[in-house]
Amino acid sequence: MKKLVLPGLLISSLALTAVYAAEEPNADAYREMTYGDRDANPALLVVDRGEELFKEKRGPKNVSMEECDFGLGKGVVKGVYAELPRYFKDTDQVQDLESRMITCMTTVQGFDAAELKKKTYANEKANEDNTDLEAIAVYIAAQSDGMKINPSLAHPKEQEAIKVGEALFYHRTGPLDFSCASCHGADKQRIRLQNLGNFSKAGPDAQKAIGGWPTYRVSHAAVRTMQHRIWDCEGQMRLPDTEYGAPLSVALIAYLTAQAKDGTYVLPGMSR
Amino acid sequence: MKKTLLASLALAALAGVAWAADDDKAIQALVDQYIATGYQQGEKQQLERLKQDETLKACSEHRNKPPADLMKAIMEREKATIKYPADNKMMGNWEKGKEVFNTGFGMRVGVIAPDKADKPRGGNCYACHAADPKEVAAGNLGNSLTGYGKMRGNSEETIKYTYEKIFNSQTYMACSNMPRFGHNGVLTPEQVADLVAFLVDPASPVNK
Repeated sequence: MKKLVLPGLLISSLALTAVYAAEEPNADAYREMTYGDRDANPALLVVDRGEELFKEKRGPKNVSMEECDFGLGKGVVKGVYAELPRYFKDTDQVQDLESRMITCMTTVQGFDAAELKKKTYANEKANEDNTDLEAIAVYIAAQSDGMKINPSLAHPKEQEAIKVGEALFYHRTGPLDFSCASCHGADKQRIRLQNLGNFSKAGPDAQKAIGGWPTYRVSHAAVRTMQHRIWDCEGQMRLPDTEYGAPLSVALIAYLTAQAKDGTYVLPGMSR
Repeated sequence: MKKTLLASLALAALAGVAWAADDDKAIQALVDQYIATGYQQGEKQQLERLKQDETLKACSEHRNKPPADLMKAIMEREKATIKYPADNKMMGNWEKGKEVFNTGFGMRVGVIAPDKADKPRGGNCYACHAADPKEVAAGNLGNSLTGYGKMRGNSEETIKYTYEKIFNSQTYMACSNMPRFGHNGVLTPEQVADLVAFLVDPASPVNK
């Protein structure tokens, strides 16, 4: 599996050379060419592992995650991701998929939250396999493949999360003075050759990004979730590590998902 | 404010739903609270990075479009913070500047291996700007700087403007998207001077 990466890189550098000649340089054509085949997405293996972990009786209480409610009732996974983030009465909080997973794994299965959050993401620099959390998340998300992006918006707390997320999107801080909007606030912007979605407005850019996440990131040789995406962006901004599933990341995800409403989930995604 | 809050609480209680913030002040209070709890704690996280100065506070609140009087106040305040190289030589070496322009290393924090103290930082300028026409992988968040010196010349005025713009971008444009590289200590005054040379020196590939 890892051995596939090298020839892939060679091909990609060739393709990039061709892309350089185009009028507006970007790497879209190369991606279309490389990631066209959904059945060849390595994330499918991680989805299978996630399903096993989800259904297995685990934790100090020895129960499976089928005892958890992700918003559509106990044990339901089909379509739950399409309606997240949403307000949950039992926690009195708006939660995204991953913060809800932590709630489930602590309250229902008896795991310790701090212990779970010790290792949230595989380290691609050490060629690690995806963590259990990443595998479970992509399994649940993939059960909303083909569905409309339809986050729950009716509850006042859901509206609140979106508004706080929007304010955070424009909040400038850190040694580079960046906010999310510094890079994602206008159309057709790029960092080097990397296209940047304009998430300051609702529509196709947000739909494409949210609709394709969790995604298999070829450059990481691993599946990546939205919590990882936010953590990675904050790192690019040279800010401290985000706390997994904290209200800060959930509010940002709530805002971005609201901007992506009515798009379609194509899961698991595959990207750079 | 207090009255609205009470009224909302009363309404929420009547409707039997949880109270949620909806005015700007209440939302901002949650923003502050979420930032305080949203990052991993501990010394190596350098949480002081999350503290906004007055300028960033204003830019965030006004989404980078502050009213005219506030813009003026920001630009005056930022200009006053500029530090110049020890010998006041604002144009350094273009070859060194080329390296600073290209390098993206620096300011990492947290679980990702932090900066090695002896490794010089860069401005990662190609992330946003085109410059040397041979470098095709240039971003477009900032304007193209190709031919900068050819167009603007290399007068003392241009050199000083360019130095000040890089050292503190908000000197000439309040709430500019560009980082305040010198002001925030990302680059040294000497590195900024080298960047000036890369842009202005007729011998630099930017002006070929």
